[in-house]
Amino acid sequence: MNLKPTRLRMCGNWVLDRFPLAQVWNEHMAHYYAPKNFNFWYFFGSLALLVLVNQFVTGILLTMNYKPDAKLAFDSVEYIMRDVNWGWLVRYMHSTGASAFFIVIYLHMFRGLLYGSFKQPRELIWIFGMLLFVALMAEAFMGYLLPWGQMSYWGAQVIISLFSAIPVIGDDLALWIRGDYVISDATLNRFFAFHVIAVPLVLVLLVFMHIVALHEVGSNNPDGVDIKKSKDPWGHPVDGIPFHPYYTVKDVVGMAVFLLFFATVIFYMPEMGGYFLEHANFIPADPMKTPEHIAPVWYFTPFYSILRAIPDKFAGVIGMGGSIVVLFLLPWLDRGKVKSIRYRGGIYKKALMLFVISFIALGYLGTQPVTPLATNMARIFTAIYFGFFLLMPIYTRWEKLKPVPSHITMQPTLEERIPELKAVFDEVTLVTEGENTTRGFNPTGAKNVLVRTAKNLKESLD
Amino acid sequence: MIDESVDKSKRQFLTTALTVVGAVGTGYLAVPFLSQMQPSVKAMAAGAPVEVDISKIEAGQLIRVAWRGKPVWVLQRSPEVLATLKALDSQLRDPQSDESSQPESSKNPARSMKPEIFIAVGLCTHLGCSPTFRPEVAPHDLGADWKGGFFCPCHGSWFDLAGRVYKGVPAPTNLEVPPYRYITDTQIIIGEAAEEKSA
Repeated sequence: MNLKPTRLRMCGNWVLDRFPLAQVWNEHMAHYYAPKNFNFWYFFGSLALLVLVNQFVTGILLTMNYKPDAKLAFDSVEYIMRDVNWGWLVRYMHSTGASAFFIVIYLHMFRGLLYGSFKQPRELIWIFGMLLFVALMAEAFMGYLLPWGQMSYWGAQVIISLFSAIPVIGDDLALWIRGDYVISDATLNRFFAFHVIAVPLVLVLLVFMHIVALHEVGSNNPDGVDIKKSKDPWGHPVDGIPFHPYYTVKDVVGMAVFLLFFATVIFYMPEMGGYFLEHANFIPADPMKTPEHIAPVWYFTPFYSILRAIPDKFAGVIGMGGSIVVLFLLPWLDRGKVKSIRYRGGIYKKALMLFVISFIALGYLGTQPVTPLATNMARIFTAIYFGFFLLMPIYTRWEKLKPVPSHITMQPTLEERIPELKAVFDEVTLVTEGENTTRGFNPTGAKNVLVRTAKNLKESLD
Repeated sequence: MIDESVDKSKRQFLTTALTVVGAVGTGYLAVPFLSQMQPSVKAMAAGAPVEVDISKIEAGQLIRVAWRGKPVWVLQRSPEVLATLKALDSQLRDPQSDESSQPESSKNPARSMKPEIFIAVGLCTHLGCSPTFRPEVAPHDLGADWKGGFFCPCHGSWFDLAGRVYKGVPAPTNLEVPPYRYITDTQIIIGEAAEEKSA
């Protein structure tokens, strides 16, 4: 008996004969081998893609009711919030999505610093990623002008004025960007064009290049071991597993958890206490009056702090631009021979810790008004920020490296750690008096645990 | 063979010529594309002068008028205020306004045509925020050194009541004084330069 192909299969084959769908799917999903030891930090790439899709879908819906006109813009946003069916949801998804994008991207970049994902042969992946970051900042900045509130207006005024600090061509350049002598309808209209068409196209192109470059050399992993070095008889890496279905399933779990947090913010704290949507932006733009306290949205504040810390207009702009440029140079600044932080020397671990502290501190200071104390603090943290990068060629040479295994090591899972965690919990909460053991706070146990943790921390930092 | 019949230098010439023509064409096309982002004729024409009636301003009062979409301040200064200006010179970056932007008629210690009426564009010369008017002396948030003036909330620049910038703040120059002239004693027109008599 012959099996007659079904109509559906015939249709499918008709397409496959004309378009290499199966080939693309296999190359990038089903036969793309990724290291089998991806951990928590490896969720953020796929989450960034999820947020990008969210921004596209909600953004397209918002353009259906938004008016890019200085006279109408503010009211059209209020109209979306009040009168359009589910308009508030779509707008909050878009505004929260912007902040979520930066949270996800910052964690994604930090993963790169942890496991040396920017190192040879992945320098180009890092460069494309940095270009994505810059494009994303441009996208977010121009999107923030569109609601035409006080913060939109004066934020754009300050950032565009940055360009006027450039000698000789600065003033003409700022004029060209604004399309008027002040931020006006012309500026709003062109920012709308960039935000809705130009920059999203660039983003999509860069995401494509980021992924193509990644799949050419293969993913790094928490051990920094090259999995292509040992292959099974079929030519697949021994330490690798196909991206689909293993990591697609893993990423679905990550997405579910992410969406839980995302939905909580959208429904219960869409303004996030003035950090995601600033209070002054609920007042229409007034070119005559700057709000008492202006600060950019939280994701720009570390760089903004650096700008404010330098008491000279042009040097401040250079410092701010430089803080982004040094990130591009990272693959060449880091002379450490080992990728993963697990096998790097204590000096890199300490430097990275200082960097993270100064980045967060700069971010916090950028949301606060200027005082002499805050300015001095910002100067210290700016020095640490640049020190981390510019001194890297020196201190990464002194590193005492640990031996790198030839194969991927498997870390105990959370489930396997439960007995251990239980023992620690008991040590702190069980009090023994004579023969009776009761639950309560045990100071000696707590002290022992703290001492052990401190010892472990010191050991791992050496 | 076929290879020998290929005239490589001709091929090279054609490739180069095509590249050059393409680059020149792209360059020409870039001019209208980039130029259309410049301010339009309408935007340039919108800078019409504005007339201000100052007869109702009281001493110490500041009014804001819009000129070319920018805030312009008109401030009535008392003789006491004018007296304090001279004492500040040592704390200022550009006390004689040598590097700042103002019409010749206002390049004097009080930075105005008539000392009691001060007119300036209300945008910080640092990054373009509009400073707040803080005429009081030594308020608790600005400290004992504050003699009254304009404080920029964005990046903390200080200006005195003649719009002159203090040392050690981010703003590089004094506040800009726009061109203006008196029509009568109580009528000012902003955006038209005064006739230069002596200067």
